[in-house]
Amino acid sequence: MSREIAVLGAGMHPWGKWGRSFVEYGTVAARAALADAGLEWQDIDSVVGADTVRSGYPGYVAGATFAQALGWQGARVTSVYAACASGAQAIGAARAQILAGLADVVLVVGADAAPKGFFAPAGGDRPDDPDWLRFRVLGATNPAYFALYARRRMAVYGDTAEDFALVKVKNAAAGLLNPMARYRKAVTAEEVAASAVVADPLRLLDICATSDGAAALVLCSMEFARARGVTDPVRIRAVSTVTPVYPRTVLDLPDIATDSAVAVEPAAGSFRSSIARAAYEEAGLGPEDLSLAEVYDLSTALELEWYEDIGLCGEGEGAKLVREGATALGGRVPVNASGGLASFGEAVPAQAIAQVCELTWQLRGTAGERQVPGARAGITANQGLFGHGSAVVAVR
Amino acid sequence: MERARTPVVGGWFTESGPDGEFRLLGTRCSACGSVFFPREDTFCRNPGCRGGELAEVPLSKRGRVWSYTDGRYRPPAPYVSDPDVPWEPYTLLAVELAAERMVVLGQAAPGVTVADLAVGMEVEVVPGVLDGDTATEPVRTTWRFRPVGVDG
Repeated sequence: MSREIAVLGAGMHPWGKWGRSFVEYGTVAARAALADAGLEWQDIDSVVGADTVRSGYPGYVAGATFAQALGWQGARVTSVYAACASGAQAIGAARAQILAGLADVVLVVGADAAPKGFFAPAGGDRPDDPDWLRFRVLGATNPAYFALYARRRMAVYGDTAEDFALVKVKNAAAGLLNPMARYRKAVTAEEVAASAVVADPLRLLDICATSDGAAALVLCSMEFARARGVTDPVRIRAVSTVTPVYPRTVLDLPDIATDSAVAVEPAAGSFRSSIARAAYEEAGLGPEDLSLAEVYDLSTALELEWYEDIGLCGEGEGAKLVREGATALGGRVPVNASGGLASFGEAVPAQAIAQVCELTWQLRGTAGERQVPGARAGITANQGLFGHGSAVVAVR
Repeated sequence: MERARTPVVGGWFTESGPDGEFRLLGTRCSACGSVFFPREDTFCRNPGCRGGELAEVPLSKRGRVWSYTDGRYRPPAPYVSDPDVPWEPYTLLAVELAAERMVVLGQAAPGVTVADLAVGMEVEVVPGVLDGDTATEPVRTTWRFRPVGVDG
């Protein structure tokens, strides 16, 4: 496959609430990825930073911020913002540069220092900003949207709060084995049920926390990898960054309403499923080929939806899959073997990169106690605010 | 003296719709018929439409519950609430408007809790007050959803 690129290095700063700058986290992750790749920072042709908009001005120009912290060395630089999809877009930008021959080896970094509590839009009165409006007019936080999806699943598919809790129990059990995870503690269904309701029907332990954290990758051309003596690297075969197709008929962050379907018949399937479909088409494989998946479990209920959207099961069958244990470690196709956002929390520009770090370690067979035996192919899936798709397919 | 009443956002609803009642206001493209809420006044967003006039149109008064939830914790700014007053959860509804084939989000009328709601239930849009409870501020008006047949 001539359109593949190699993952030469992966690194993270542990997730948590560390109270330091996103620059520090990103630099730690970058140095870890460089060491993993066996490269010096001066060997890097290009650096791509995934932006955060909550860490002050430097966050808007993350590529240069990380380049300065590592020491200016004249590399090509790119900064990208796509909310939760920022990391995937950073990987996409790096891949495009490599495939276009503009760079042989690229460092991708995403890091964040998250505020306490609910995410909120940047300050000031901005009534032309849909994200500002949904807070100002409705007080509609991110968990409110997750809860709307969860309630809808209960009404349409018969999912129960107990089904949702199983996702948390499963992801906590995996995160327990991950030294990079913020929460490394088993959680029981009873503990989920005993936690406070945040947005009915979702409870505190159904919803991911906001965290500090960072992740980085060193990506390169297949020729560069071979020249370094790496003959069988983890390869990225697809990066999906698609937008929805009009009319989008499922209410989504940060919108107050869906598109109207009076003029145009909606396309089959959801936006989320189109993200994965684009990745599968580009990679030339399908859900039946997966050894594992990393999906964006902003809420427990949302993880069940991703099972359906990435094609692990039919519509409405997500809860059945988690009940059967198919998506747990040791199951048919483990999902969020890393522990997921349930164990990491959300460090927005880092998370899509962290998902690919996990695929890398799993496909190399170096994921330790949480290793999925014989992993050969994996997908990541995620979605950014304002209609940003994000999925990556990696193979070995 | 009665305090000023100001819509939380201008042009999104009217107190005097076609039947003299409260209505949400959207816009409709004269070329393709797409309806937009919140109102789209510059360009039609249907990618297959070459663009028409976007005229103001009142939305359906009634719809059916697509989903619902509540907010048990105080939302951050720019939501306006008094930090010295204990937080009262609000109920949030996503409502399907059949004629417009769209889902619109809104807070429920005061007193409507998640226990009063079910997916598919018929609701109607009614006027409401969002905030401005202190003597010095204008009252910010908004829209609310309320189950059909319930007074309040």
